[in-house]
Amino acid sequence: MNFDFSDDQKLLKEQVRKFLADKCPTKVVRRVLDGNEAFADEVWKGLVELGVPATGIPEAYGGLGLSPLELCVIAEEIGRAAAPVPFDSSVILATEAVKLAGSEAQKKKWLSELAEGKAIGTLAITEGSQPPRPRNIRTTFGGGKLNGRKVPVIDGDAATFAIVLANTGGQGDRAVSLVLVDLAQTSVKKRRVETIDPARKHAELSFDGASAELLGAEGEGWRLLERLYDAAAIYFAFAQVGGAEAAMWMARDYALQRQAFGRAIGSYQAIKHKLADCYVKLELARSNAYYGAMMLTDGGADLPLAAAAARIAATEAYDFASKENIQTHGGIGFTWEADTQFHYRRARVMALSLGGPMAWKDKLVTRLEQKNAA
Amino acid sequence: MDFNDTPEEAAFRKEVRAWLDANATRKSDDKRSFRARNDDPNLLKKAKEWQAKKAAAGYARMTWPKEFGGRGASPILQVIYQQEEANYLVPLGFFDIGLGMCIPTMMAYAGPEHLKRYVKPALHGEEIWCQLFSEPAAGSDVAGIRTRAERDGDGWVINGQKVWTSGAHYSDYGIIITRTDPAVPKHQGLTMFFLSMKTPGVEVRPIKQMSGGANFNEVFFTDVRLPDSQRLGKVGEGWKAALTTLMNERLAVGLPSGGLDVDELMELARDTDLEDGPAIKNQQVRGKIADWYVQQQGLKLTRYRTLTALSKGQTPGPESSIIKIVAAPKMQDMGAFAMELMGPAGIMKEEVPHAAGFQAQWIGGAGFRIAGGTDEILRNIVAERVLGLPADVRVDKDVPFNKLGKS
Repeated sequence: MNFDFSDDQKLLKEQVRKFLADKCPTKVVRRVLDGNEAFADEVWKGLVELGVPATGIPEAYGGLGLSPLELCVIAEEIGRAAAPVPFDSSVILATEAVKLAGSEAQKKKWLSELAEGKAIGTLAITEGSQPPRPRNIRTTFGGGKLNGRKVPVIDGDAATFAIVLANTGGQGDRAVSLVLVDLAQTSVKKRRVETIDPARKHAELSFDGASAELLGAEGEGWRLLERLYDAAAIYFAFAQVGGAEAAMWMARDYALQRQAFGRAIGSYQAIKHKLADCYVKLELARSNAYYGAMMLTDGGADLPLAAAAARIAATEAYDFASKENIQTHGGIGFTWEADTQFHYRRARVMALSLGGPMAWKDKLVTRLEQKNAA
Repeated sequence: MDFNDTPEEAAFRKEVRAWLDANATRKSDDKRSFRARNDDPNLLKKAKEWQAKKAAAGYARMTWPKEFGGRGASPILQVIYQQEEANYLVPLGFFDIGLGMCIPTMMAYAGPEHLKRYVKPALHGEEIWCQLFSEPAAGSDVAGIRTRAERDGDGWVINGQKVWTSGAHYSDYGIIITRTDPAVPKHQGLTMFFLSMKTPGVEVRPIKQMSGGANFNEVFFTDVRLPDSQRLGKVGEGWKAALTTLMNERLAVGLPSGGLDVDELMELARDTDLEDGPAIKNQQVRGKIADWYVQQQGLKLTRYRTLTALSKGQTPGPESSIIKIVAAPKMQDMGAFAMELMGPAGIMKEEVPHAAGFQAQWIGGAGFRIAGGTDEILRNIVAERVLGLPADVRVDKDVPFNKLGKS
């Protein structure tokens, strides 16, 4: 039985944790939240120097060629710090998409630029108020040209390229394809949009005949997206676990210090049991995330099921810890000055970005049915 | 990451399988084909025989030192034995409290002659032990017990009542916590003893549980005389001894195995017609199935994390403290939900497939949330030991026991 990370992986985790504790304390999150910058540039540069974007990229394309496990421990630390950097967008979604579906030429160009931190990628799927489905994607791609509008796109204004889900004219789920578009074109317009989490900037991307190319085969967009989301769900789960743990300890520290009715509020069972429940949900999430990491590394048959379970458990743990952190703080926790808001906002963004728990629960049961039928 | 055995573990697993194949019958695919019933006298006899066989082969308590019949082995090997044994039709459960809690307490406090006399028969299933702790007025707050032990010449006289004593009706010996000094605060006036359940003045009355089973007992003590040599630990230090026992309880109280779970719930949902088609297509039903699957997997995988630490010879983290907090309400809630799926017939004990099993979970879950640490006490433990939050305010901490208000 070896259901744990290796000593080297734990060392890497510790290294990233120390770096972020030093370079990305909550005041940096607050600076981005309050300000106009796209992300915390100095933190991102430091992460690039540490090799974070290169971690999962094969050596042949200028990466470090490390396993998904290394990226998982990094994700946990990014989540713990609620770091305002294009990690989920570029290091997870865009990088994994190119790895999954890119041609040799695409991998050569984009993965090496991603590894160096020269390129920042993002994934552009949603088009406003409807949850994306193959039948409601209006953005079109044909004759090498991309037309349409995507919003909200995480890091949309900072990204140098995007992977876009576009209609390519097929039937049913085959109506859509993934398309890679360089965003440094006059036919691409970027407009920042306001969201619930100003520490992670989002934008609207408009394409007016922008030059683009298929990423993966035509008509395969939805199927590729499902696979991409399974991998992303596992990395996101680690980030959510990190965030949930940070929120839990923030609440615990405050509960030790805050006095009410003559003693620390952390001595009351109403608070103790709430925080114990944070821990219970956190450990359920961590265990499910570990299994996801293991399946991702081995390409195990249980990957889709493990990804859904990791996603559901981690979303629940982060939502719960981040909201009960505010509750434990009481009124001060609801002020703009309090750091409690960072995790509350981030938890919700992460819960929705790959599709919410309701959708993943449905997927999980479908996958269980398939497994039981097999 | 992998779930594989180390070469040493794999070799041991092979050895265990060969031994089990030679000595027991492998379970069929139907995992519900065998359920131990503690009130079947033949089962007890069979359990004792099986325990004797197991002990003779050196599998009964592998982590114990060799001098006590163990192998001084790593806990992971004991776990591997149990994993394999669970696949065979063998009666289990009668010896867990004695070997998991009572005998380890004896090892910590009893003298060499007593150990020589009692450890081996317990290990070989010849004598069964029980733990006489809880009382009508002392459940979660065990230190509030009132059973008195008073000096009488060289010995002691015990009067009082215990309750929820698992297996007292078939036990030969027990360890008992008593109050020897009511004039000091409650934790300070306790002393532990061991005794034969055949001692004059000991009376065992089974408790019929809400579930219909009778695994627990009330035990009454009327002028029960014990020699001082049966004292465990110093006079007034019974709480320290009790903590030794309770620490072992956390390891010994495991999960009830073989119950219905998500697979059976899905089976039921496939076969149940709701207004809009099979229940398995209903989004609310799917949401519940997914939640319980995530919990079921989460518990199994959390256990794997603990086993990983054991396999590497490390001390496991506190993660396993979540197991009963999750498992007990899940059992109760899933049972209730499955019954709801069956419609009004979900209350019947016949005809509806799986009804009896899910009903047993629904009713048993109510007890499982209390036994071996209530949901609330377990949350306190996580909050205090894992998160470092302050212990509850104890208004009785410094008050002599006999000055406390009686409830």
